[in-house]
This record gives sequence, C-alpha cells and structure tokens, in this order.
Amino acid sequence: MRLFTGLPGVCTVRITTGCNVHDAMPRTPTRAASERGPMIAAGPPRLALRGITKRYGETIANDSVDLDVAVGQIHALLGENGAGKSTLMKIVAGVVTPDAGRIEWQGEPVSIRSPAQARRLGIGMVFQHFALFDTLTVAENIALALGEPPPGRELVARIAAVGARYGVPIDAQRRVHALSVGECQRVEIVRCLLQDPRLLILDEPTSVLTPQAVLALFETLRRLAAEGLSILYISHKLGEIRALCDVATVMRHGRVSGTALPRAESDASLARLMIGADLPECRLQPLPAGEVRLALRDWSLPSADPYGTNLQNIDLEVRGAELVGIAGVSGNGQAELLAGLSGETLSADARAIRIGGRDMGRLGAAARRRAGLRYVPEERLGRGTVPEMDLGENCVLTGAGKGLVRRGLVQRDAARRYARGIIARFSVKAPGERAAAASLSGGNLQKFIVGREIGFAPRLLLVAQPTWGVDVGAALKIRQALIDLRDAGVAILVLCEELEELFAICDRIAVLARGRLSPALPRSHWTAESIGVAMTGDFGALGVA
Amino acid sequence: MRSALLDRGLWPLRLERRARPSRAMRLAASPLAAALMLAMGVCLSSLLGKDPWAAFSVFFIEPFSSLYGVGELLLKATPLMICALGLALGYRANVWNIGAEGQLTIGAIAGSGVALFHAAALGAWALPLMLVAGIAGGMLWAAIPALLRTRFNTSEIFVSLMLVYVAQLFLAYLVRGPWRDPAGQNFPQSQAFADNAMVPMLVDGARANWGFALALAFALLAWWFGARTAAGFRMRVCGLAPAAARYAGISTQATIWVAMLIGGGAAGLAGILEVAGPIGMLQPVISPGYGFTAIIVACVGRLHPIGIVFAALLIAALYLGGESAQIELQLPASVSGLFQSVLLFFLLAAELFIHYRLRRVRT
Repeated sequence: MRLFTGLPGVCTVRITTGCNVHDAMPRTPTRAASERGPMIAAGPPRLALRGITKRYGETIANDSVDLDVAVGQIHALLGENGAGKSTLMKIVAGVVTPDAGRIEWQGEPVSIRSPAQARRLGIGMVFQHFALFDTLTVAENIALALGEPPPGRELVARIAAVGARYGVPIDAQRRVHALSVGECQRVEIVRCLLQDPRLLILDEPTSVLTPQAVLALFETLRRLAAEGLSILYISHKLGEIRALCDVATVMRHGRVSGTALPRAESDASLARLMIGADLPECRLQPLPAGEVRLALRDWSLPSADPYGTNLQNIDLEVRGAELVGIAGVSGNGQAELLAGLSGETLSADARAIRIGGRDMGRLGAAARRRAGLRYVPEERLGRGTVPEMDLGENCVLTGAGKGLVRRGLVQRDAARRYARGIIARFSVKAPGERAAAASLSGGNLQKFIVGREIGFAPRLLLVAQPTWGVDVGAALKIRQALIDLRDAGVAILVLCEELEELFAICDRIAVLARGRLSPALPRSHWTAESIGVAMTGDFGALGVA
Repeated sequence: MRSALLDRGLWPLRLERRARPSRAMRLAASPLAAALMLAMGVCLSSLLGKDPWAAFSVFFIEPFSSLYGVGELLLKATPLMICALGLALGYRANVWNIGAEGQLTIGAIAGSGVALFHAAALGAWALPLMLVAGIAGGMLWAAIPALLRTRFNTSEIFVSLMLVYVAQLFLAYLVRGPWRDPAGQNFPQSQAFADNAMVPMLVDGARANWGFALALAFALLAWWFGARTAAGFRMRVCGLAPAAARYAGISTQATIWVAMLIGGGAAGLAGILEVAGPIGMLQPVISPGYGFTAIIVACVGRLHPIGIVFAALLIAALYLGGESAQIELQLPASVSGLFQSVLLFFLLAAELFIHYRLRRVRT
C-alpha cells in the first residue's frame, strides 16, 4: 500500500483539524463569491482555482471561478444543469484547457494539459457513466488504467487490500459484465485509489445506487477523507450533500453564487442558493382511478443483448387518472421494459400487452402511438430527438398522426407553430423553433420532449427518468405537468431512479429488480427501506400475495 | 508520439471540438477543397516544368471556350448528376449503394431492349418507354441488394458492388452474342438506334441533349422529396439518428427499399440516357465509371441537390480538362483521376473543421 505516502507534514496537521475549522466558521449561510472557501492557516489548500474562465463561442461556461479544496475536505459542487460544474471538473481533470485563470496544486501553480498529467499529479475522477470493458475481469480493467501495472497476483492482492481497508470489497477475478452497477462503481473507485490520488472527483455518484448502497459509499468517502484525501462531490441531491459534505460551493450561470456549510443549511435554503428563488411545491390530490389503459399479463421478454436482462412474468395495470411509478436501479430490465412497452421491441404474445383494451404485443411503435400511447425516452438526444434537426422538425418526428403530416407532405408551418407553443408553455430556453435540438441543454431538451408528447394528447403516457439531469425549477415544472395530466384523466407510467420523486408524484409504486416486477402498491405502503429491500429482488416482505 | 508531445505541451496546436457545428465551414468545405485542389494543380504543373497558368488555361478555360465545349460539359455532367442525386437520397438515409455503375448498365440494357426490338412499332412512344424501361432495369438491379439486406442483413455495400461486375459481364455477353449487329462486321456492338429512339439535341452545334434538362428537373424533384415529403423526412431521420427512427416507429426496411430503388432507378435512367444519347447503340463499355464517380459527386455536393448540380459540373470539367491536358500537355490519362482523388481528400480534411477547430495551447 503506497496510498498517501509522501504527504507533506503540514497536511497531516490539516487532516486532524479538517472538520473543526469549518465548525469554527461563523454560521452565516452564504458569503460573497469573491471571498474564498475556508481559510487555512496551516498550509496551502490541495487545489486552488483562481479566475478560471472558459468560453464556448458566445456562451461562457465558467466566468472567473474561484474554488479552494482543503486537504481531507469533502467539498460539494452544487448547481443546476448548465451551471458550469462539469466544465470546471473537466478543466481540473485535464480534459479541457481553460481560456484564462490559474490552477494551484498544493500551493504550486500548474497547468493541467491532459488527463494523463492530471493523474500524475494525483487527480482521479469517477465519471457518472462507467468506462469499463464488459468482457474483461476487474483486475484486467484496473491494470489497463494503471500506467505500469504490477504483476497479476500482486495487483489482485492490492485490490483486495484497498477494498478491505475502505469498505469497497470487490472480487478482482470476476468479469465486469457479471457485476451490478453498484459494484462497477466500486471498481471505478478502487481503480482511482490505486493511482495514489490526492483529490478524488465524483460526478453524481449515487444516481445508480440503492439507498443502502448510498450509505455504504458515504462511509467509504468519510474514511478516505479522514486519511487526508480531498474529495470533490458533484451532485444536485441536496439531502446527500447535507449529510456528507463539509463545504459546498454553489454555481449559477457559470459563476460561483456562494459558498455554504451544508450542515447548517436546509434543503430549501440550499435550493434557493442554487436557483436564486424559492421553490413551489407539487400537489397530488387523491382521485378515483378510471378504466384500465395499460394491462400487462404474464409478460415475458427475452433481451436481445447478451448482457441484458430478461423480463419475466410481469403483471401490471395502469388506469386513467393514475400515476404509477416503477422504482429500481437501471440495469434491472428498465431498458428492455421501455423498449417492449413502446413497441421498439415486439413481444411474442400479442395478448401480453393490452393498450386501451386492444392486444398490442405484436404491433410496432407507430401503431401503439396511434392507439394513444406516448413515450418520453431516457435518451433525449439521438432517440427522443434528432440532434441535427431543428425543433420544428423534431415535432414532426412523433407528430405525423396529429396533423403535422398531411397527404404525405410535412406541414412545416404547423410544426413550427407547435414548437413555438411548447417553448412558450414550458419556458424552454432556446433561440427559437429553428434551433437544432443538439444546441439545447439536456434539461431544456427534456422540457421540450415532455411538452411535445403531452401536447399530442396522450391517453397513456410512458416517461423514463422525467427529471434526470434537469435543474430543480424545471423538474418541478415537469412534475406538475405530469400531475396535471393525471388529473385530466391520462394514465401515466413513470420509470425513475429517484425515490424522492416517485414518492412526490405517484399514486402507486412498483419495483423492478432483475427483470421481475413487484406488485404496484399504494405509495403509503412503501418506505425507503422496504423499497431498498425490494430492489435486491426480494419481494417476500411486501406482505401481499 | 504526438500524444507525448501533447503531454509536454511542445505541440502548440490542438484540435478541439466546437460547441456546435460551424455553419460557415459547412458551406465553405466544398469550395475550399476545390480551391486547394487547384493550388495543388499549380504546384504539380510547376514541378513538372509546365507553366502553371498555361496548364490552368488548358485544363479549365480552353475546353469551354466554344459552344461545343460547353455542350460536352453538360453532356458529361448529366449522368454524374442523375446518379449522384439518386445515391445522395440513400446516403442521407444511411443506405450505402455503391453499385450505381451496375444499375446504370442494366438500365441501359433494359432501355436498349425496347429501342432495338420495338422502336419501329412504337413511333413517338419509343423514347418515353425506353426511359421507363431504363429506370425499371436499374431498380431491378438495386432490388437484389435491398432484398438481401432486408431479409438476411447482408451488407448492401458489398452486394451492390459485386453486382456491378455481373452487370458488365452480362452486357459484354449481349453485345458479343445475341444482340450483336449482324451487319456490324463482327464488332461487339448492337445495331445503331433508330432516330425515334434517340434523345433530341438541346441546340445545334453541341452534343448536349434534353437529358441535361431532365437532370435539372430531377434535382428539383429530389430537393422537394427530401425537404418536403414525409417519406423524405423519414429517410433523413433514419440516416441522422437510427435510435430516433426506431422510437418514432419508422420502418428501417421500408427506408432501405425506397433508398435502393430511387438510387437504382436514377442510375438506370442515366444509363439509358447515355446509350440513347452520345453513344447511340450498345457496346461493351458504355460508361467511364460514371456510377463510381457519382459517389464523389454526391460527397462533394454534400448530399444536397443544389450542391450536387455544381459538383457534377466541376467533376465533368475535370474529365474534359484531363482529356485536353493529355493532348496539349502530354500529361498522362490518370491526371483527371488524380484531381478527383485530391478533391475528395481535401474535402474530407475540410469536413473535419465543421465539428472541430484548431486551437493554440497556451504554454
């Protein structure tokens, strides 16, 4: 174990005092951006950014950003989508070069020109989407990332040692395709730790974890920080940041809008810092459910992907004026379920899927759309929209049956009018209906797609990750739009990884685990713990036949 | 090696992805490539000891200084334009028909069948029916790779390419065997077409014919189809984002069929216009590779009908300039092929800068 050897003596002093410094800070909720993070008397911070600026064309992604990360500190970077968090982290990780500004590493000015150089300095990053080879073992994947990997047996031993020490046990001999998403994330973390990092960057690390696994991850991160590792934690989940982080730097529109001590803040006050306004709340009033719009009976669907998940014997009913949520960690059959429901994948048994009372298992996406099914997919760019086409044309994509195609001709004026209507109703930030879909930020594109599908008057709406990567204000707007739609009598099925969201908007919740679906129970029936248990595939404790 | 330089910051320039594709660069790519090709031509002729201005004049001015020369230009551009317009519709849908040369050949054979055996009985209807037969022949040849692709998932690239050679051998068999002109002194060629089976001339004193007008009309039709019709929209979606096409419920199979049939039909039309125009009969070789060159034309025209019209004229000029360079400058015949390749090379290089830009890395 060479982890953290060679740290200067000053740093060790900082480790022991790390938390106390913040506790000694005056408990003012925010301070002006020009002030720096917690001042450290005992030595230079591990990472200091001064006046970092990065432009893309006319857009300023980062506007003279200052940031200090102390030794042994867990530092949250909080902000809405498009606030500039990712660009800033890419600059630190050497993926992007800044246009202006200074980077100081342990007090020394550096310029980080490549990811390799960032690794040599001791900067490790765990990305939101894993970069692992499915067909290789854990050890082989890790060996690929290390410049000069030790011989096989020694590497396996080191993986085991790091895993045991930090509570991230992982079997180095297993192949990656057999691992769960949570285990894949452990591999990424162990891979970073083996490179002797001084700074670990985690980008939205809990989006793929069950509630229990989140607690285990936090335990590991706290242990690492106690040993002097600095951690930059990017997230938009306020609760997690309050539970884990020492300091939070909040970004808005490319600038630092303030710093805060998360433990002294409430979710509402953090959200206010992040979006600059108070949040309204969603209201969900009980409604009598209508007739059955979607019925799945003993529906099984083998996956075409050898590493995919087969859906097994799924039963589910969704009625009009009802919002049903499906919880579960992605990789448990979500992709297969969505493709099978939308008609992108056909089922063997026509009667297994009934939409609006008609057998639809063997009919394709266009036929199901004509029957009133509308679908908001998880991938917004390249699936929900064609990136190169403008917003008007992207309305034609799913609007052929709704007057945007007549007598075989595309109705461009009608399509543009329709797109303008969405932009106005959902306050989509776009230069206009002629802007290419790819030029919109992820959150704005999601507002556009949700608006497009809602506007086509669905009878049954299927939504995957409705607010994934969408900022807090827009997320509320989307949730309220879904609730309004339910109140208007539409049947809605939502697949979502965020439990808070499901609890906020759903009448009933089911859990998808390993290709099997639990019964859909009223939301009052569930707790975060019982959902966590169901996510492991154990439905026995739900107390229903 | 380069990445090591990058790491140490010795390499001062770096390719960086643009935030959004550059519209200016998208329009400028083809003209820029043409300009670079000309610059390379100047360098090349200097190296060969020729006066660059004289070479430029021989290549690009003299051939077109007479009505006859302009007529030749339009005549050469016609098959290139028609083939490229058809192919481009398919390429935009991600269907890669490489076998236009073979579809052109079969189209020429099918149309010639009408001309050789039924022209006398048809009168004024002969030419229209020949054109229809030519289109149908090209479609039939393109239907083979379409069927194999949609039924067995074979690559349309390889199947259409291999069928080129089958078509050419079939043509060689016909003109040496059953369709050989009995009065032709054993030359491998068919009878000359009757007058009512020939495409009428555009003006006196030039060989250009109404085929060029047909090509321009086809360009307009292709633009309308791609930009206005729902079928054209679906094809573009298939090409730009296959997952979005599946999401929208667009049938990939139908798209492949439409793309292959349009490409094949266009090539067949080009083939029959060629034999019923400048050639006037069937012979073993009826095209100097128009079907293959059309692929370059489609790319240089950026798969857009208007761009293709200009690209076809440019490549046709290269053909003619190459011929006059052979005669007057004693340059080898391969010089026009060289220019085509260089043009394509520069075009691919220029296209990189639509999505990327070069940035100086600060040290």
